Amino acid sequence: MSYAHEIDLDINLILSQKVNLSAVERRCETIIKRRSVKKKKQVEWLLKTIEFMDLTTLAGDDTPGRVSRLCHKALNPVRKDILEDLDISKNISTAAVCVYPNLVKEAKLSIGKNNIQIASVATGFPAGLIPENIKNSEIKAAIRDGATEIDVVINRNKVLTGNWKSLYNDIKNYKKSCGQNHLKVIIGAGDLGTLRNVVKASWVSMMAGADFIKTSTGKEPTNATLPVSLVMIRAIRDFYDLTKKKIGFKAAGGISKSKQAINYLILMKEELDDDWLTKNLFRIGASSLLADVERQLEHLSTGSYSAENRHPIV
Amino acid sequence: MNKEIGIMDYGPALESSEIAFMWLSRHKNQFGHFINGKMTSPKETFKTINPSNLEVLAKISKGNFTDVDNAVKSAKKAFKSWKKTKPFERSKYLYALARLIQKNSRILAVLETLDNGKPIRETRDLDIPLVVRHFYYHAGWAKILEDKFPKKNPIGVIGQIIPWNFPLLMLSWKIAPALATGNTVVLKPAETTPLTAMFFAELCIEAKIPPGVVNIVNGDGETGSLIVNNDKISKIAFTGSTDVGRFIRKETAGKNKKLTLELGGKSAFIVFDDADLDSAVEGVVDSIWFNQGEVCCAGSRLLVQEGIKDRFITKLKRRMSKLRLGDPLDKSTDIGAINSLQQLKRIKSLVISGTKEGANIYQPKIDVPKSGYYYPPTLLENTNQSMKVCQTEIFGPVLSVIPFRTPNEAVSIANNSKYGLSSSVWTENINLGLDIAPKIKVGVVWINSTNMFDASAGFGGYRESGFGREGGEEGLLDYLTYSDKILNNITDKTKIKKIKINKNSTINIDRTRKLYIGGAQKRSDSGYDKQIYSSNTLIGQVPLGNRKDIRDAVEAAANEKKWKGMSAHGRAQVLYYAAENLELRKQEFAQTILEMTGENGNYEVEKALETIFYFASWTDKFEGAIHNVPIRGVSLAMKEPLGVIAIICPDNDPLLSFIHLVFSALSMGNTVVVVPSEKNPLCATDMYQIFETSDFPSGSVNIVTGNKDELSETLAMHMQVDGIWYFGSQEGSKKIEENSISNLKQTWVNNGVNYSWSNLPKEIKIKPLYKSTQIKNIWIPYGE
Repeated sequence: MSYAHEIDLDINLILSQKVNLSAVERRCETIIKRRSVKKKKQVEWLLKTIEFMDLTTLAGDDTPGRVSRLCHKALNPVRKDILEDLDISKNISTAAVCVYPNLVKEAKLSIGKNNIQIASVATGFPAGLIPENIKNSEIKAAIRDGATEIDVVINRNKVLTGNWKSLYNDIKNYKKSCGQNHLKVIIGAGDLGTLRNVVKASWVSMMAGADFIKTSTGKEPTNATLPVSLVMIRAIRDFYDLTKKKIGFKAAGGISKSKQAINYLILMKEELDDDWLTKNLFRIGASSLLADVERQLEHLSTGSYSAENRHPIV
Repeated sequence: MNKEIGIMDYGPALESSEIAFMWLSRHKNQFGHFINGKMTSPKETFKTINPSNLEVLAKISKGNFTDVDNAVKSAKKAFKSWKKTKPFERSKYLYALARLIQKNSRILAVLETLDNGKPIRETRDLDIPLVVRHFYYHAGWAKILEDKFPKKNPIGVIGQIIPWNFPLLMLSWKIAPALATGNTVVLKPAETTPLTAMFFAELCIEAKIPPGVVNIVNGDGETGSLIVNNDKISKIAFTGSTDVGRFIRKETAGKNKKLTLELGGKSAFIVFDDADLDSAVEGVVDSIWFNQGEVCCAGSRLLVQEGIKDRFITKLKRRMSKLRLGDPLDKSTDIGAINSLQQLKRIKSLVISGTKEGANIYQPKIDVPKSGYYYPPTLLENTNQSMKVCQTEIFGPVLSVIPFRTPNEAVSIANNSKYGLSSSVWTENINLGLDIAPKIKVGVVWINSTNMFDASAGFGGYRESGFGREGGEEGLLDYLTYSDKILNNITDKTKIKKIKINKNSTINIDRTRKLYIGGAQKRSDSGYDKQIYSSNTLIGQVPLGNRKDIRDAVEAAANEKKWKGMSAHGRAQVLYYAAENLELRKQEFAQTILEMTGENGNYEVEKALETIFYFASWTDKFEGAIHNVPIRGVSLAMKEPLGVIAIICPDNDPLLSFIHLVFSALSMGNTVVVVPSEKNPLCATDMYQIFETSDFPSGSVNIVTGNKDELSETLAMHMQVDGIWYFGSQEGSKKIEENSISNLKQTWVNNGVNYSWSNLPKEIKIKPLYKSTQIKNIWIPYGE
């Protein structure tokens, strides 16, 4: 896959973006009622949810031990007996684990040669208010330690002040520092104030070479929402129409229930081509979601509602 | 299963219909009528089917003369006590209905889906919640009605005929306001969708609605016709096709029956180049692929600005490929089955006519069920206004595309229709949106939204989309009349003593009175004058106008722009100025009145001056409202002028009645073609000098004298006339109503009742303002 998505900054295109909040909200309210996934299909969709997942720990008290447990859970996300009951022999794992740069080494040790990406946040996560040169060394350090994907945060004040050129250059530099590794650009939607800012920040990120655009840090007042995701997904679609380049989407923060996750999958399926329903182009960043998915799967296999203590914790 | 992980398709997700079928079999799958609080036994039945699989759901009785008559009698009897039921009590009944419908919402949704073919998502999320909302809203009105309208009364027995596209919702739009205002009803559901009405009948029993207050008679058009022609019914409320609406207008002509019609449409969905295009695409989906396009206000003409047309259509086609057509009970179905074979055939033949006329047809490659009445979402490109598919209501999932260049062009294309129901306007520029909304001649405009409904906002059309509103305070007024005391006072005339005419001994200079058309004094086309006598004395001549003069007058009124564009304050100034100028010539007018009627003209002129002041005062104060619709946004209920109003004046109070009618219509921004009293026209023709000196723009008032019957017939049939007011005989009133069907213009006739213009009750005095305006609801969601 080619990794250079960037195109020239087109300020006019950015400024001409239109978003109607009420209409976007209406679409989000109705889309999840227009589609329903039941029974066997629900199992399939929940397993896909796991495969789209960046299993994440991004807390001040993260330790090597915690990261190691996270990696083992990522490799064994569902109890074997449940999978057997559901007649699933396919090897299921999450798409990636996502950690702070300091803990990438530990993740690498635990993941080994398994086909799970190691994502590291960078660029002064979560606020992004550290000097730009330090941000780029942080990215490089994480990659040196074994990160294969980098989730950067943008400097939100450049969006709020309309400093698009500078933001574009920042992201271009992050991409350069990433080299062949996937760059996910977190636009920090909860800090941007309006959906128009969300769509503009999405466009700048894609123009500057983001492989993924990602909703939130998980640390903002509001994180991933369907309206924010919808306008980002539509920006991805328009970017594809313009450039024929497929940019990925990652929803992160606040997605903790299976039903919510299914809603995101429906949104992706309805708004984009099926090409986007792969882990190369779609991710859900989550910590506690996996436990709920696992419980739902047990319910679907046994017919009884399950309890959290029955599923191995991270 | 392992292989299927990764496909991510939707499996079946069927809503269970078990409980609905249990209910049907409890009734042995057959139904009679609901009359006087009881279900009658089934007889003379026809079948109602599930259009998605053609299975027979139930047998339904066809109401005959006796059934309708029994229902009307029971309603008439129940009216006596229902109208006197205390507000709190009536409110509790309506509240009970709201609650019971809410408690039974799922079975009602399933029944509706089975009987109509529309997707369960829509019945569950839209139809039934709106029904519930309608009963709650009107439960509130029942409680506070007397406070808000202390001098208004219920009308009596209301005959209501509803369509098959939103069966229970239309029932609620009809029954809730009628009951809240103290009327009783005889309702006929559509013959293809009677089941939810039958369930509702049971809820009426459960809610202990007094017998006879609600009667539901099943049947087809013949049964409907029996309701329309029943003499004991005081008002007909109809929702359905324009053809049937026209028939009903004709049948009820001259019977002093109130009438509201909610008819068809060919609504424009307008997308400007600065719209949020992806959201507008979703708007199109909600507009034309909602309810299979079987929606009177469906945005069936897509007007898209030329510069973005290709991009928009690409997006739209991509969206169409995601639509799911199929089992209406499946929760993932977007488009269900067309309601009947007849409707399916109509859609097919209209689409074929479109392609024959050169339209390019696009239908996405999606699955269409083999059995059942299905029709895929369809886009017709390369269409234009001259094609049938852009003029005729298709009532199906078919969208025609017409490009436009400028906002003005969008408005003229949108208005290039005999209908005037609704429009949807998409732009991120609020200035543009709010500029366009008043220019489109429709009853509802949705800005950056579409197909939004609420009990608090009036719904209804302009032009051949009908008249009257459903919902909001405006809808309530259509179910109320004036109290008997007020009605009795209309003709209560304080007799003014006739005094002896002082014949002038000297000879006056001969006066030539002319027609007044387009701001100029004109001779009549016929070249004849009519001589005006009073007590066998010749007192003057007026031109004998004919149909060509009417044609010219209507054209002048229709093309007039200045008056229509003037602010309310500006119009008020002109009205006041006319009073000034009339007062200067008070004595002359009084003398003319005296000569014509033998009555003291001074009094009448004084009253006329007062009346001008009255309407000048109201001009900038007869305002609209803001409805509290349940969205983040507002609905502006704007009062708009009808357009061209034709006024046929009575013979009594010849100056005052002329002033009252003409100045009220003018005050609201209408232009007028007026036919003065045939018998006493002289001071009306003298008025044109007042109009000329008072800055009334050319064409705003046009005066044509002549034969009353001939001129009023031409006016009633004229398609450019938007409203007609007639004061004359009972027979003449009937003719006006009959002839109004040409374009379904709004009528106000006196049915032979003489109004005492100098002494009208104040509720009647203001009535012409209601008659000269119609309400447009503009929905404006906001938020950034």
